[in-house]
Amino acid sequence: MEARSREYVLAESGPQPPGRVRDELATAFTVEEDPHATRLRRMWLDTFDWRLYRAGLTLQHVSERGTGELVLTGTGGQRLTAQTAPGARSRWPCPPGDLPPGPLRDRVAAVAGLRALLPAVSVISQVREVRLRNADDKTVARIFLDAMSLPVPGCAPIPARLAVAEVRGYAAPARRAERLLAGIAGVAPSRQTALEDALSAAGRHALDYSGKVDVALRPAMPGADAVRAILLQQLDNLEANVDGVLHDTDTEFLHDLRIAVRRTRSGLKLLGDVLPGELTLRFAAEFRWLGDMTTPLRDLDVHLLSLPPMAARLVAADPADVQPFLAYLARRRGAERRKLSRVLRSARFAATVGDWRKALLVPHDARRVSGGPPAAELAADRTRRAHRRVIKLGSAITASSPPESLHTLRKRCKDLRYVLEFFASLHDPRIYRAVLSDLKRLQDCLGGFQDSQVQREEIQSLAAAMLAQQAAPAPTLLAMGELAAQLGTCQREARAEFAERFAGFASPAGRRRMAALTAPDSA
Amino acid sequence: MRVIATYNIKGGVGKTTAAVNLGYLAAQDGLRTLLWDLDPQAAATYMLRVRPRVKGGGKALIRGTRPLDDAIKGTDFDRLDLLPGDFTYRNMDLLLDGAKNRVRRLSRLLGPLAADYDVVFLDCPPSVSLVSENVLQAAGLILVPLIPATLSLRTLDQLTGFVADVDGPRPDVLAFFSMVDRRKRIHREITARLPTERPDIAAAAIPALAVIERMAVERAPVPVFAPRNPAARCYRDLWEEVRKQAPE
Repeated sequence: MEARSREYVLAESGPQPPGRVRDELATAFTVEEDPHATRLRRMWLDTFDWRLYRAGLTLQHVSERGTGELVLTGTGGQRLTAQTAPGARSRWPCPPGDLPPGPLRDRVAAVAGLRALLPAVSVISQVREVRLRNADDKTVARIFLDAMSLPVPGCAPIPARLAVAEVRGYAAPARRAERLLAGIAGVAPSRQTALEDALSAAGRHALDYSGKVDVALRPAMPGADAVRAILLQQLDNLEANVDGVLHDTDTEFLHDLRIAVRRTRSGLKLLGDVLPGELTLRFAAEFRWLGDMTTPLRDLDVHLLSLPPMAARLVAADPADVQPFLAYLARRRGAERRKLSRVLRSARFAATVGDWRKALLVPHDARRVSGGPPAAELAADRTRRAHRRVIKLGSAITASSPPESLHTLRKRCKDLRYVLEFFASLHDPRIYRAVLSDLKRLQDCLGGFQDSQVQREEIQSLAAAMLAQQAAPAPTLLAMGELAAQLGTCQREARAEFAERFAGFASPAGRRRMAALTAPDSA
Repeated sequence: MRVIATYNIKGGVGKTTAAVNLGYLAAQDGLRTLLWDLDPQAAATYMLRVRPRVKGGGKALIRGTRPLDDAIKGTDFDRLDLLPGDFTYRNMDLLLDGAKNRVRRLSRLLGPLAADYDVVFLDCPPSVSLVSENVLQAAGLILVPLIPATLSLRTLDQLTGFVADVDGPRPDVLAFFSMVDRRKRIHREITARLPTERPDIAAAAIPALAVIERMAVERAPVPVFAPRNPAARCYRDLWEEVRKQAPE
């Protein structure tokens, strides 16, 4: 078993180790080279938002002559493998739950969550093993030469890689091989991983998508430019998720698309005054329409995702009684997905995103409005306003307030969250994280309250619809009643927690943190 | 982690060759395998081309001042590692005698390796000693090579009696015939009859072939340098039986 390995890149690419590498290693070892290279196809897999890469994991599907193996590697060199069935290459994208059972699947599923695994990049790899032997003719280190190429003609070449693999218990020979390699012209320690090299050759880079707000702003830049940059990134995210929704790759594509729409709407509402007035008016209406179009499918996704764990907690009913309900939801989901696909392929959608991009990209000198206040000033002002609204609304809520008051507060909290995230790059990171943490605690409570209510009401109306269609056996209706009761309990628990959560958020310490965040010199 | 010991009171019956070949076949089957050469003669270590030396000797390992993990060497074969033999193992009885939990010491030392290996082979020196008692405590399966002779059954019964005296969970015992010479009528008779009469004797038997002796020259398991030799097939058959029997 190899312990550690260190990688190098060669100035030239090719399936043979250069003669100078062989000669240099032969000064210290007996060098035995495999006469034939092994030809492999490597496909790196990750979620659309690079969850594995962010967690320091690399997942490859390595196939050779009909056999396939998944290899999961951690940054510390930990390695898990799983055999795949012949022909598995064509099965991507694939939910993590569909991987072969075992520790690899468990680890990947824990990190990927709801997201499907997609091919990030594929290469053809020719791997040749060179064994370094000592005086006992014992292998004391191994060198692997990996010549990768993209299976598409005309792509940039990928530098060949040399990996020195230590044989367990033989650290010194591996170090010696590394020292010898370090002295050879044209051999340099690799600064990028094989995945990163392959991505570069394919014209991509890791982390090229994130559902988070990721805009680098400068405090002194005109506020209007900052707002355009923020909204442009949201538009990029919206468009990046369209294909995943159309192909139903996983439910997070729609989730992320809706967040991009919601952030856009909040941006227009809270910051739109620094943009030309007619822009705000037109696009606020268009994005509201788009958001509304996505709601039915998302609601069904939420039901379908939350029902199995809820069904497992049923006491009076049998979890199997819920099956007709799930089947009914799945049918409705199919219909709603087709409707949303028509929307996303419609001329209105194309015009909305196309015109919005053009409007956001209007050259500076062609804009008819001034740049507005500097970004830092705009950020502080809008964050303070959003925070004040939350404090005012939340302070007015008592034990007897109607549910609508909590719903309204939840929306204002979302506004505050978005405005904080929009300008995150201007804030002191430590204070920003603390403020966001205060807000998240409150949002979790409000989310639990409202989601439970919405789901409970929907279960009631879905029960009525199923009954009307004679699609609901009596045990299913009874199970749905118990599910609604579970949601009612969750809602009451969230309601009971609200006062404490809001008091924490609105506490003097919380307010001091917010004041520090929005102080004139904080950016 | 399965722990399998090749053990016999007698020497020169094929314990080490069995441990090396079965260890190799286990690794070829995809199991992360460790072979601990407990014999001070370190023949298994020699066959796998590793130098027979453990820093600090058996003392450091038994006292725990050097974790087993530190002393492990990779072999030339994927997934097969070796804990080398060392001449200081000749004093292992004395070292174990001075240790806490004197009969469970090896078992304790192997515990931390459970996450790294699927199977551990213990190649034991021929004796009845504190080392053997430790091996019986640590192993889930005792693999006993027997030369097909009239006294073989007596040896096996003695060993089974020794196992029966073990405190706590007792290992299974599986004997197999080794160094079988088909030219001898008694070998043919015994190897044909006993496995059908006794469930603790494997059907697979290892022939007395020069290719097995050549392991010390080739310094490799038989399936590596003579994959089509009948001895390689016999070790594969034996591994199949062992694999089915060895408890986790």
